[in-house]
Amino acid sequence: MKKCISLVLLLALVGSTSAQRYFTKNGTISFDATASGSPENITADNRTVTCVIDGATGGIQFKAAMKAFTFERALMQEHFNENYVESDKYPDALFKGTISNMSSINLSQDGSYPATVKGKLTMHGVEKEVETTGKITVAKGKVTATASFAALLSDYKIEVPKLVSDKVSKTAKITVTCGLEPLK
Amino acid sequence: MRSIQKTALVILLSLASTWGWSQDDLLALLGEDKPKKQFIKAAFKSSRVINAHSMEFINAGTMDFRILHRFGNIDQGFKNFFGLDQASMRMGFDFGLRPNLMVGIGRSTFKKEVDGFIKYAPIRQSKGPGSTPVTVALVAGMTVDGLPWADPTRENYFTSRLAYYFSAIIGRKFSEAFTLQVTPTVVHKNLVQLQTDANDIMGVGVGGRLKLNKRMALTWDYTQVFNGLPDGYQNPLSVGLDIETGGHVFQLHVSNSAGMNERAFITETTGQWGKGEVRAGFNLSRMFQLKKKKS
Repeated sequence: MKKCISLVLLLALVGSTSAQRYFTKNGTISFDATASGSPENITADNRTVTCVIDGATGGIQFKAAMKAFTFERALMQEHFNENYVESDKYPDALFKGTISNMSSINLSQDGSYPATVKGKLTMHGVEKEVETTGKITVAKGKVTATASFAALLSDYKIEVPKLVSDKVSKTAKITVTCGLEPLK
Repeated sequence: MRSIQKTALVILLSLASTWGWSQDDLLALLGEDKPKKQFIKAAFKSSRVINAHSMEFINAGTMDFRILHRFGNIDQGFKNFFGLDQASMRMGFDFGLRPNLMVGIGRSTFKKEVDGFIKYAPIRQSKGPGSTPVTVALVAGMTVDGLPWADPTRENYFTSRLAYYFSAIIGRKFSEAFTLQVTPTVVHKNLVQLQTDANDIMGVGVGGRLKLNKRMALTWDYTQVFNGLPDGYQNPLSVGLDIETGGHVFQLHVSNSAGMNERAFITETTGQWGKGEVRAGFNLSRMFQLKKKKS
């Protein structure tokens, strides 16, 4: 009986250390879709991004509420939600993927690690394969993940009318920054 | 035997707790997000249906520069280029103070009239927990006639130039495409032309929009006046097309009314749709961001 209990304890212990997970609910995703030569900046930030990284498997997932993207101009934000990403129909952007070189990243040791991320980004109801390189920095138990990539808006069926094509670019440069804490 | 079962259960549970979490859904580990109350936006493209105030507010910290034109009757034909030779206009500035509070001021060429209003929504249509199905907005406005006194020999009071209007807008965005609002309004004129004319004129407006696509919408704006409308005056009906082009909204329309404030379009509409006495007009709205949103 005692053996059994210690076995269970051992299992639980092994389980909890190997499956170290990190998370945040206030990560940042910004994008820049300013066309070259545009008089106005088409940029927005979302500072309430949810992110979870599984240190054991390299699994990485993001969720960003589209309505939480804030713009400099209120009208731009309204049009973003109403006409471009249709936030009422498609409230969230979702990314589910893996860090393919997780074996070379040690989340419990301070350092800066390059990371290759591959997965599926779902935005405006369209799922699309995305691959990019980012960086994971570990400092005093705090894990920071950063990455940037470009998304072609037409891939996600986000239409940019001709009328504003001198202001809104066909691609959005997307930057992700998440400071993560251990998930208990 | 029982303890073995117990142990097995504990093992199973601990297994479940470590490996049982599906890799497919790491985000689920953080638990479900609590649904939040969300206010419904963009019920109309503009803060006016066509003539009447809409249930929509301009964003806080923005200014709406509005240029309104009303032309002459279309049935005049080519002689007056279908009324386009006779333009009457109103220039106005609206300011968004809060998401549910705005003020505005404008001046019309007709009667050299200055008007101002304050619009506030105690209830806004929302979804999620504690939501309300409709927006209720109240508008109080005043107009000041700027013409020289008709009869300078008699004693004239400044207050004689004033008229007031009060509206309650009850509106609902039924779907992405369809919005409808009902607007009981009372207009009070301090001075009327004839002793038999009523000082208080009451009516109910019905305004709506049907989105044709993301950037265009069909709108209509009608007010049924119940009392106090002198003979020869009509209920105003306007039908229009809203076109949104980023920073601008164009509201093109035809109407039997030339008025551009509540006093004018509710109490002084003379055209008859049945006789083809309608005129073209447009509202042009240009939005300016006065207060930077981002910190």
